[in-house]
Amino acid sequence: MNLSYRPLLLGISVLAFSAAVLAGGNHYFAPVADPVVLEECGSCHMAYAPSMLPARSWKRMMGDLGKHFGDDASVDTQTAARIERYLVANAADTGGRQYAGKLLRGVAPDNAPLRITELPKWLREHREVSAREWRHKEVRGKANCVACHSEAARGYYDD
Amino acid sequence: MSRFNIKTLGVVALILSTPVAAGPRDALLTQYAAAAKVATPAFSGFSAARGKTLHSQNFAGGKADTPACGSCHGNDPRAAGRTRSGKAIEAMAVSATPTRYLDPAKVEKWFRRNCNEVLGRACTPREKGDWLTYMTQL
Ligand code: HEC
Ligand code: HEC
Ligand code: HEC
Repeated sequence: MNLSYRPLLLGISVLAFSAAVLAGGNHYFAPVADPVVLEECGSCHMAYAPSMLPARSWKRMMGDLGKHFGDDASVDTQTAARIERYLVANAADTGGRQYAGKLLRGVAPDNAPLRITELPKWLREHREVSAREWRHKEVRGKANCVACHSEAARGYYDD
Repeated sequence: MSRFNIKTLGVVALILSTPVAAGPRDALLTQYAAAAKVATPAFSGFSAARGKTLHSQNFAGGKADTPACGSCHGNDPRAAGRTRSGKAIEAMAVSATPTRYLDPAKVEKWFRRNCNEVLGRACTPREKGDWLTYMTQL
């Protein structure tokens, strides 16, 4: 990259960042900042942003890590308590509300979905992605956000 | 202040230059060897060749979509692997990823999960030692 463009690009991304925040955070989902959560919830797939599911979903998921989508993701009780505290505090309907935007729209309050990829709003955002693209060998499924959103680990999904 | 720094530096240099960095791996192998000897008194040491077989062999007891360690880690442990959901896994061979197997709790956690996934049971201390020996010698 030509060095002289850098400050300009930086300025633009700062602008884009603040615009996204002002617009209700549609484009930025604060990534996991807790090192234990990053390690324990980021080894099989990216560590999903806590603001993408409501607190009740995280509680439900943490209650059965031994049978986690067919995998054993269990950790010791102390670690589990720490992870749950973090996820619940930063969820889409608690501390992470400013990032979640409209992601919970259409989710009944007594429903605790375990998948981000089954939220009505998520499905709408992805309705133009074809079945073939989901099966592409570099993608392998909807849960692999990073395959399409290269900046997902930093919280950006608008590319 | 500066004297303290020099001292600290000296200590750090000493730690780095001695094989202390491999300490946790050696301790794990020693622990697995002791347990293997209890299980089989005739146990005479770990084998990287047996570890290699364990790594690439297809088992029938575990999950159908992950019959081998190589299903996620790849058959060549010096290259990166991939999880079922598509995330890259750093190479398992210590020569390729020197930070591997330094946290015994992490090693034990993944042996527990992955052996169950692939073999449908826990790995024996000898299997763990063989596999780890293969990964450290590769
Ligand atoms: C041992 C591997 C493993 C670990 C560790 C793990 N997961 Fe998962 N997780 C999976 C698998 C497999 C899926 C299903 C992925 C798919 O459908 O492609 C999944 C799916 C998910 C999903 C749903 C993704 C979607 O489709 O929207 C969430 C949310 C999730 N995991 C959160 C967590 C959290 C929180 C932790 C830490 C407590 C964690 N995971 C640790 C293996 C793991
Ligand atoms: C096969 C590729 C693919 C995968 C995998 C994928 N997405 Fe997307 N995503 C897209 C496309 C294409 C769009 C729509 C393009 C756009 O509006 O920027 C989109 C849009 C989005 C948006 C709206 C962005 C915006 O700026 O309004 C969010 C949020 C999002 N994805 C999150 C996720 C999450 C979370 C995951 C993983 C659980 C994921 N995506 C997995 C392709 C993908
Ligand atoms: C379903 C996918 C999968 C399979 C199959 C699998 N592993 Fe793993 N393994 C992982 C993931 C994910 C990690 C954690 C990510 C990392 O350490 O980079 C891991 C980590 C490990 C670790 C800890 C590494 C460390 O640095 O401490 C050991 C040991 C291990 N695996 C052994 C095995 C053995 C032995 C087998 C076969 C019996 C096996 N794995 C099969 C996914 C798998």
